[in-house]
Amino acid sequence: MGLTSHSTGTNAIATSLTIQKQSPEDKIIALAGNPNVGKSTIFNGLTGMKQHTGNWPGKTVNNAQGTYTCEGQTCILVDLPGTYSLMPHSAEEEIARNFLCFGKPDAIAVVCDASCLERNLNLVLQTLEISSKVIVCVNLTDEAEKKGIQIQTERLSEKLGVPVIPTVARNRKSLSALTHAIQQMTKQPNLSAYHITYPEPVEEALAALVPVLQRKVEDRMNSRWLGLRLLDFDDSLLEEIRFCLGDSFLNDQEVKESLDQARALLLKAGIDTETFRDLTVSALVKAAEGLCTDVVKMERPVYQFLDWKLDRLLTGRLIGYPAMFLLLAFLLWLTITGANYPSQLLADLLFRFQDFLSAWFQLLHAPAWLHSMLVMGIYRVVAWVVSVMLPPMAVFFPLFTLLEDSGYLPRLAYNLDKPFQCCHACGKQALCMAMGFGCNAAGVTGCRIIDSERERLLAVLTNSFVPCNGRFPTLIALISIFFAGVSGSFQSSLLCALILTLVILLGIGMTFAVTWLLSVTLLRGIPSAFTLELPPYRRPQLGSVIVRSVFDRTLFVLGRAAAVAAPAGLVIWLMANLTVSNASLLQLCASALDPLAGLMGLDGVILIAFILGLPANEIVMPVIFMAYLSQGTLTEPGSFASMKSLLLSHGWTWITAVNTMLFSLFHWPCSTTLLTIYKETKSLRWTILAALLPTAAGILLCILFTGTCRIFF
Amino acid sequence: MKYPQNLSQLMPGQHARVTHIDTVGAMRRRLMDLGLTLDTEIMCLGRSPFGDPSAYLIRGAVIAIRAKDSQNIIIETE
Repeated sequence: MGLTSHSTGTNAIATSLTIQKQSPEDKIIALAGNPNVGKSTIFNGLTGMKQHTGNWPGKTVNNAQGTYTCEGQTCILVDLPGTYSLMPHSAEEEIARNFLCFGKPDAIAVVCDASCLERNLNLVLQTLEISSKVIVCVNLTDEAEKKGIQIQTERLSEKLGVPVIPTVARNRKSLSALTHAIQQMTKQPNLSAYHITYPEPVEEALAALVPVLQRKVEDRMNSRWLGLRLLDFDDSLLEEIRFCLGDSFLNDQEVKESLDQARALLLKAGIDTETFRDLTVSALVKAAEGLCTDVVKMERPVYQFLDWKLDRLLTGRLIGYPAMFLLLAFLLWLTITGANYPSQLLADLLFRFQDFLSAWFQLLHAPAWLHSMLVMGIYRVVAWVVSVMLPPMAVFFPLFTLLEDSGYLPRLAYNLDKPFQCCHACGKQALCMAMGFGCNAAGVTGCRIIDSERERLLAVLTNSFVPCNGRFPTLIALISIFFAGVSGSFQSSLLCALILTLVILLGIGMTFAVTWLLSVTLLRGIPSAFTLELPPYRRPQLGSVIVRSVFDRTLFVLGRAAAVAAPAGLVIWLMANLTVSNASLLQLCASALDPLAGLMGLDGVILIAFILGLPANEIVMPVIFMAYLSQGTLTEPGSFASMKSLLLSHGWTWITAVNTMLFSLFHWPCSTTLLTIYKETKSLRWTILAALLPTAAGILLCILFTGTCRIFF
Repeated sequence: MKYPQNLSQLMPGQHARVTHIDTVGAMRRRLMDLGLTLDTEIMCLGRSPFGDPSAYLIRGAVIAIRAKDSQNIIIETE
């Protein structure tokens, strides 16, 4: 009984959470709720943590824990992934269910959206079946009020027998009532909680089963709820019960007998498994409906005129796709224009500092090799990463976050579902793909929102076919240098944005092609059921978005890139300066890679840069510059114009640029993404495939393009 | 005019009441979790650019469902 070896082994990782208590008196508070009801905002409001929240289902893909203190008591708050029901359909819903059932939280706060309380109450009622220590938090009451929805929370509280607290998560003051209610709830047992009464045959079957279960499990689990699940043949839960109560419980003769007896009672009443499920779910929905009748008052229909207008525009038959294209192009144009000036400024500053550093080294009479290694090797690569890569990221991340918060992304999935359906995949893959623009690793984790295992794998394997934020600057630099002009004028930035949009469309096109290819070969199957909630549009909070995305994401990513750039600069410097029989290591390696690179229309140095860029794509261009510079050419650093002359002097043509862009778009994912893929699939085979697919696509496309060009030019 | 028989035939702007859900397993569960049970009022709000999936208003929330799935939801219009 109790913990088995299974529950602590690797099997447990995917479906459970570990909580680190600082002291045994700490209380564990679970934060549950439907997707997109503002759980994460409440979590941030209570713990002060800056967890990113988004206006689409399934944002909380990594489980967040934080602490807060209320009336001298330390509480550990666990933000669970959004779930519609405790009978889960997807991996992340299972995490939420398992924590509520087996995580032994001291209290559970169920967050509800005031605008659709009735549906949210379904989860409340299911949670009440597991534990009576529930606090209902009716969130987004400000939004509901604007829609003319009035909720009598006191009345609802009387009916449910648990506290019901109205909150506006964005307003911290409204949260103090919540923490107080949670605090009260952890102190004493709640005996007055509402319980669902099921139709008579179900209750009779439960009456035969529950007393036996009660004796066996005692207070480790709610026996009535356990009885319902056992009668339900919920397979995923059976595994968890085995982990929690041990094999002996399920093999117990008495349990088996009473279970058979209860099932016989049900069958006698003409209730098979499917009917049983219908009866129980309907009972919940009906109860929620009944609870809402005199608690919720609506002055007018819930679906807002403005939402309707926007949806007509953004998902319309004629305008939907052009709107998507224009929005993407506009976003990229803002990124390019916004990054132009700070990029110049940073380059000026950082390279002026390089001169200062050099002067300082001279003053100290430092050996030439040390100066060369530290300043020309390490410092210069880091300076390049910061000046070329930081500004586009710092502009794109906040813009992307604004789009996320506004509620547009689910519409993207809605618009793109049909093409994905044709590839036998799930429309929610579009959400993961959109997240991939920010970061492929985040996109891969985001795939958890997809219910079917097969479709989730499709999304995981194809995620890196869209360029992440770390690859945008490379693409922007190459497009500006070779195609759109480096003048920084309105026309050139517009042209650059349009070309970049087309490059991204190529990535999206490849995503579809590879998804289709996989779904007719390795991952065959019919598309599974698909439901997608389209949440109301929300006005994002400009200030907090900018602060959050700059500090949480941009600086984090930049830090990682700089941390990788420094050793990469050292490696390149060493390779350029260590010689074996009169040739530098760099030359040797480059010439070894030259045959393949030549076929692909690249050169060996470019391939080396991509290989060194495995930990972070941001460093690819800087490493290329470094390697060229180390071969003796000197130029004014920093500006696009000088980069152009440097590249041209090393034999680059527009064909080289196109190939580099193609290979930047399609090559192995960065090491973080690969690790994430391994964690998500738990299979080395799929991880290797996820690296091979884009690499093969990139090599093939480059060879094809180069071959075609050699025939025609 | 022919009355719509199943949800996929419901035109944008039309209301209906669910009379029967002719699907089993995970999809049935999911629909019910979303509040789509017998006798639920439902309204079609619009279709995506390719005509599939469509968006429906179900108990105050907007849910997109594919035609393949919604044709198994039998409805009745007033």
